[in-house]
Amino acid sequence: MRKGKKIQKLSVVFCTFVYIFLFLPISVIVVNSFNATTTKPYMSWKGFTLEWYAKLWENTSLLESFGNTMIIAVVSTCLATAVGTLAAVGMYRYKFKGKGLIDGLLYIPVVIPEIVLGISLLTIFAQVNIPRGMLTLILAHVTFCIPFVIFNVRARLYGYDNSVEEASLDLGANRIVTFFKVTLPILSPGILGGALLAFTLSIDDVIISYFVYGQTKTYPLKVMESVKSGVAPDVNALSTLILIGTILFVVLTQGDFFKKKRLQED
Amino acid sequence: MSGKKKSLEFSSNTLPAMVTVGPVVVIMTLLIAIPLIFVAVMSFCSIDEFYNIQFQFTADNYLRLANPDYVKIYVQSLFIAFFTTLLCILIGYPFSFVIARVKGKYKKILYMLVIIPFWTNSLIRIYGWRSFLGTSGWLNSFLMKVHLIQEPLDLLYKNGTTILGMVYCLIPFMILPLYTAIEKLDDSLLEASSDLGAHPAKTFVNVVLPLTAGGIFSGSLMVFIPCLGYFFVSDILGGGNSDVIGNLIERQFQSGNNWPLGAALSIVLILVTLIIVKIYQRLGGDMDALGV
Repeated sequence: MRKGKKIQKLSVVFCTFVYIFLFLPISVIVVNSFNATTTKPYMSWKGFTLEWYAKLWENTSLLESFGNTMIIAVVSTCLATAVGTLAAVGMYRYKFKGKGLIDGLLYIPVVIPEIVLGISLLTIFAQVNIPRGMLTLILAHVTFCIPFVIFNVRARLYGYDNSVEEASLDLGANRIVTFFKVTLPILSPGILGGALLAFTLSIDDVIISYFVYGQTKTYPLKVMESVKSGVAPDVNALSTLILIGTILFVVLTQGDFFKKKRLQED
Repeated sequence: MSGKKKSLEFSSNTLPAMVTVGPVVVIMTLLIAIPLIFVAVMSFCSIDEFYNIQFQFTADNYLRLANPDYVKIYVQSLFIAFFTTLLCILIGYPFSFVIARVKGKYKKILYMLVIIPFWTNSLIRIYGWRSFLGTSGWLNSFLMKVHLIQEPLDLLYKNGTTILGMVYCLIPFMILPLYTAIEKLDDSLLEASSDLGAHPAKTFVNVVLPLTAGGIFSGSLMVFIPCLGYFFVSDILGGGNSDVIGNLIERQFQSGNNWPLGAALSIVLILVTLIIVKIYQRLGGDMDALGV
C-alpha cells in the first residue's frame, strides 16, 4: 500500500514537470508581451506595460498577416473537409480501379517531411507559372489537410451500418437526400474531428507556406521574419491574445461536450 | 445472369463514385503525384550561370550528395532524430500512462492541457525557448541571482538545444497515439496478470508493453521523420551548428538557388522516409493509425 502511494506521488511530480515543460516557452511569451523594454532583442525585464497591446492595432502588416492566416485556414478547412468527407465515403463504399494508388497517395502528406511537400509544390507552381500568393497557399493547405480529414472520417466509417442508408433509399429518399440526412449526421463526429485537425494544421503551418507564399504573408511567416531580429513584443501580444482566444474556445466547446457526453451516459 | 447483374451494378455506381472520389483524385494527382515526379525529374537536371534549370540528363547532383560536408549533416540529422524520438518515448510513455489512467472529470482536462500549447504558433514557442535559454534569459538570470553560477551558461546553438526544441515540437505526436493505446488497455488483463502472481515489472513487459507497442511505433514514426525536415527549429535554436537535412534543402531553394541539387537532396529524404515506413510496416505498424 505504501509503495503504491509512493508511485502515485512520483507520477504526480513527473507529470507536473512535463506540464511545466509544455507551458514554459508560452509563459515566456505571455510575460514578455507585458515587458516595457524597447531595445532589441526585447528580453530583459523593464517593468510592466500594456503599451504593446495598444501598439498592436497600429501594426497593420502584422494584423493583415493574421487576417490572411484566418482566411486561408477557414477556406482550406472548408474545402478539405468537403472533398475529404466525400472521398472517405466514396472510397469506403465503391470499388474502382486505382483505389490502392489513391490510398497510397493519401499517406504521402501525412508521412513525408513537410519540406519535401513545400518544395515540390514550389517547383510545380514555378514551372506552370502560377503566381505565388493567396491561391497557392490555399491549394497547398487544402492538399495537406485532405488526408487528415479522410482518415478521421474513415475511422468513423468502420463499423458503419450500411442498412440504415438502404432503409432510407427503400423508403423513397434519393441518394443526395440520403447523404445529407442519414450519412452526414452519423459521420459528423469524424468530420468535425477532421475539420478541427485541418484548421489547427493550417493556422500553424510554417514550412509548406514558406515555399509558396509570394507576397501574401501568413502570421507564422511574419513571426519567422521577426525571429531573425528578435521577436517584437507586439508579436508576443498578438500570440497571447490568440492563446486566450483558443483557451476560451476550448472551454466553451468542451464544456458543452462534457454535458452532452454525460447525458448520453445516463 | 450474374455477369449482367454485376455490370449493371457497376454502371449505376460509376457516377456516385466519380462524384465522391473524383475531386480528391484530381487534387492528389495534380498537387502530390505530379509535383513529386517533377522533383524526381529535376534532380537529374542542372542549372546554367543564371540559375535557370537545364532539362538535360545528368547525375551530377547525386554525385555531389556524397560531399563530406553533406554526409556529416545526414549523420547529424539521424542522430538528432534518434535522440528526439528516444526522449519522446521516455517522457511520453510514463506521462501518457498516468494521464490515460486517471479516472473522472480531470482526465479530459489533463488531455486538453497537452493540446493547448500546440495551438500557439510553433515558431513563437521555439522562440520562447530561445528567450528562456539565452545568456540574458530567465534561466541564466535566475541561476546567477541565486549565485549558482558566476557567468551565464552558453546553452544555445548546440545539438542538445536543437533536440530540446524538436522534442518540444513533436512530443504530442508521441503522446496522442500512446494515450489512445494505453486507454484501450483492459484493466482486467492487468489484474489477471497480478492475480496469477506476476511481478508488476513482469506484467509491464509481458502484457502492457506488447499491447501498447503499436502506439510506440506510430508515435516514433511521426516524431522521427519530421525531425529530419524541421529546419526552423535548428535555425532558431541550433544557429547553424546543428543543421538537419531540411536546412540543406531549404538553402538550395531559397538562398542557394540550385533547385536541382535541392531536388536531389529531397529525393534522399524521401528514400529515408520510405525505408522508415517499410520498417514500421515490418514491425506490424498500421498505416491507418497515423494521422488520426
